[in-house]
Amino acid sequence: MRLRVTVMLRQGVLDPQGEAVRHALGALGFTGVRSVRQGKVIDLELSDTDPEAALARGREMCEKLLANTVIERYEVEIL
Amino acid sequence: MSEPKITEDLIAAHGLNEQEYAEIIRLLNREPTFTELGIFSAMWNEHCSYKSSKKWLRTLPTTGPQVICGPGENAGVVDIGDGQAVVFKMESHNHPSYIEPYQGAATGVGGILRDVFTMGARPVAAMNSLSFGAPEHPKTRQLVHGVVEGIGGYGNCFGVPTVGGEVRFHAAYNGNCLVNAFAAGLADADRIFYSAASGVGMPVVYLGARTGRDGVGGATMASAEFDDSIEEKRPTVQVGDPFTEKRLMEATLELMATGAVISIQDMGAAGLTCSAVEMGDKGGLGVRLDLDAVPVREENMSAYEMMLSESQERMLMVLRPDKEAEARAVFEKWDLDFAIVGETIAEDRFVIMHRGECKADLPLRALSGSAPEYDRPWVETPPAPPLGEVPEVDPIEGLRALLSSPNYASKHWVYEQYDSQVMADTVLTPGRGAGVIRVHGTDKLLAFTADVTPRYVKANPRAGGAQAVAEAFRNLCAVGARPLAATDCLNFGNPEKPEIMGQFVGAIRGIGEACRALDMPIVSGNVSLYNETDGAAILPTPTIGAVGLIERADALIAGNARAGHVALLLGETAGHLGQSALLAEMWGREEGDAPPVDLAAERRNGDFIRANAALIRACTDLSDGGLALAAFEMAEAAGTGVSLDASDVATLFGEDQGRYLIACDFDAAEALMVEAGKAGVALATVGRFGGAHVRFGASAAPLSELGALWRDSLSRRLA
Amino acid sequence: MRAGVVVFPGSNCDRDLARAFRRAGARVEMLWHKEAALPPGLDVIGIPGGFSFGDYLRCGAIAARAPLMRAVAEYAGRGGHVIGICNGFQVMLEAGMLPGALMRNAGLKFVCRTVTLEVATDRGFPGEAYGKGREIRLPVAHHDGSYQADGETLDRLEGEGRVAFRYRGNPNGSARNIAGILSENGRVLGMMPHPERAVDPLQGGTDGAALFAALFAAAAAEPALRPA
Repeated sequence: MRLRVTVMLRQGVLDPQGEAVRHALGALGFTGVRSVRQGKVIDLELSDTDPEAALARGREMCEKLLANTVIERYEVEIL
Repeated sequence: MSEPKITEDLIAAHGLNEQEYAEIIRLLNREPTFTELGIFSAMWNEHCSYKSSKKWLRTLPTTGPQVICGPGENAGVVDIGDGQAVVFKMESHNHPSYIEPYQGAATGVGGILRDVFTMGARPVAAMNSLSFGAPEHPKTRQLVHGVVEGIGGYGNCFGVPTVGGEVRFHAAYNGNCLVNAFAAGLADADRIFYSAASGVGMPVVYLGARTGRDGVGGATMASAEFDDSIEEKRPTVQVGDPFTEKRLMEATLELMATGAVISIQDMGAAGLTCSAVEMGDKGGLGVRLDLDAVPVREENMSAYEMMLSESQERMLMVLRPDKEAEARAVFEKWDLDFAIVGETIAEDRFVIMHRGECKADLPLRALSGSAPEYDRPWVETPPAPPLGEVPEVDPIEGLRALLSSPNYASKHWVYEQYDSQVMADTVLTPGRGAGVIRVHGTDKLLAFTADVTPRYVKANPRAGGAQAVAEAFRNLCAVGARPLAATDCLNFGNPEKPEIMGQFVGAIRGIGEACRALDMPIVSGNVSLYNETDGAAILPTPTIGAVGLIERADALIAGNARAGHVALLLGETAGHLGQSALLAEMWGREEGDAPPVDLAAERRNGDFIRANAALIRACTDLSDGGLALAAFEMAEAAGTGVSLDASDVATLFGEDQGRYLIACDFDAAEALMVEAGKAGVALATVGRFGGAHVRFGASAAPLSELGALWRDSLSRRLA
Repeated sequence: MRAGVVVFPGSNCDRDLARAFRRAGARVEMLWHKEAALPPGLDVIGIPGGFSFGDYLRCGAIAARAPLMRAVAEYAGRGGHVIGICNGFQVMLEAGMLPGALMRNAGLKFVCRTVTLEVATDRGFPGEAYGKGREIRLPVAHHDGSYQADGETLDRLEGEGRVAFRYRGNPNGSARNIAGILSENGRVLGMMPHPERAVDPLQGGTDGAALFAALFAAAAAEPALRPA
């Protein structure tokens, strides 16, 4: 079973990378880009067969390692 | 958007007690608005107002012919001759680093760099003093990794060399790590910029990153009834952006060169509030802010949130109106947000306008001038019980105990993560007693050190405070520098406990005495109190950052010992083992009194080192671990063995103060002996360098084996 | 000789490189990244270390797309001499001026220390400066210095004598210990170590000085063609 974890900064937490990319896009002529937020996508391959159990394990992995929940939020989906 | 009602809970959540709130009512003659309550809480909290510490801080020496600007501005300013000045300060970022180590440490570095370039100085050196819990504590490893990476991530990108610092581990820091960041910059002595505004009707300009809800809401969370979307109101961790800070620094220095800047203040804690009040208060003016003009990065921010936001990389300036076009060109060159957000006014008011409403109208001077000040009760720290029996031990085994402790092992795992050479003026990189840089484009050098021995301060605050200054003094003298001045970063527990307040008072006394005797005025600093978890306080940790000057590069002492060199010990050895590193690391005993500090001897011995620099090949001060550890470190740096005649624990591991280990050839040693006789200082031959072993009396081990232990102990525990 | 030093907003070794160029006898102009054209008559261009745009997105990625970099690539195309150091090397790779990519260090940590390098070529100005096989000591200071390219590219670089420096004791996991590479014509050098931090005895070493001396000598002997 394959899981996809998406980790993004929490709403309101400054994203310096996103800001720099937004500026650079403007410099390259892409106008009207109002906001850029950069995150991480992590794909996992699990031996689980039960989707609910896999999702639960994925969320636990996020809480314990994959995301820094002080500043980041995450989503887990089955691919 | 309506503001919440002022309730007792809300007042308490803002950290204001009954008397403080009564004082607010008295000043205003009415209830404050919510925004006003937030402003008072920001101005009157411990961090901004120094209400518990002010009384004692006033006793520190802060002046001297070398001092251009002492405490009270963003950083201290000290003359280094030739029309140049060094601008420096050390500041704590303890609590944020414990919550989110990477960002907490990063923003700590960012804040101290801003303090320095706000004064018109280009930062040229950074240091940090880090205290973590026991290495085996489950949280320590993550904190160390995060803090070290955060410091590197910010400083490396900004482009300031990290040239020194200290790292310690002790169970007393398990629940409260300490991150003390130091920065120094160079400026022309007649082009220092201050925070005092001048002139009525002058534009107040906002420069730098946009304002978000960073750090806002700690207090408002507690009164959640006015908003049920907790996620949005949750106080957000401040995220550092060194790239923006680098641009802010370049733009600020360029702007200063145009003559447009009348006054400038960095936005630190409670950014817009503290910076605007500071500028008005120092200049005897009022300030009116129009928050609709503040650049924001989040929607629907309230006046309260904008006034209390701790978003990083922001500055407030008062600019000359006729230079506006020039100023705008500089901001645009560096792609920085820039807005006129208000003006100076003649009346003593702090007026906050937002969406056509007046959100705050306060007497400005009273915000800082009427801040509470407490004479907190304190009790003298009782004298430490005398040290019991100390067993004799094979001295090489004693050395091994030190080298295998992360406290005394090589810190290369830490400092190799910091760029120590950017700017290409670094002369001595970390790992020595003091970091040294060249004053760009001159033949002068500046030396930097950060020191404190918290065990000593706990046992005897007064001696421990003095010792921190004395050790900083020695580290500077040992590289040939003349100590100029110091900054203090005073980390303690809860000052409402008389015994903690007693530690604070004692340490301040010791620091003051030592600074006077050693001619090192305190020119800047910061106080961090309430470093406690579940009632357990940290070790009292008054970190001293100090700066010294080497007038000509050839007066630098930076050589290594060589085989055949004589090992000379300067200073008196009594064999003081109380609170020594050996006791703590070998037997887990933190007992006895701190070593006494003889300030006259410190001065005499330091002067002797500098006066005879030409005869000295290598030099190090003796501190934790005494003669044994100093001799090992000198041998390890030189890649040659060392043999000391002594073999007893007290001589080898005693931590008597005022001492230096010197290496030089036989002729120079003879000459030094003659000079020592003239100067009336104690100088004795204690051994010689050479061979492949470290030998204490009859006990020996290969340098290669001890060196490997020393190099790997820290990284093995933490990597 | 006239040299230009490219300046991005997050460059932080630009002044250091300018000083090293001046010590080698050049007049130096700082070149702002927003400019679309180079000043005429430059003999050498340096792309300095630092964090050009915070190293956000990828190291050097945003800088490589700056207007000035098009002009620098065109200058290199005319046979001009260019040196890119640390972040400058990363920018060159992102701009396609040299092959390969620089990845996060194998140890995942930023690493700042002085390392021993072997001069691995007799070509171009690095070969002139030191001679193949010579050992030199230079500081490194980077987080993303692990040089990687496909096997074919690495073979070609080695076969054509374009590997300029190799690490003795690899600090970052670079393929085949590569620390710096040359362009086909031998006039464009990208390297992770910092020669500008080793030009003065007070810095603890002077092994970098010869590289700059050889760079200006080579540029004098073989100047860039005039723009078409």
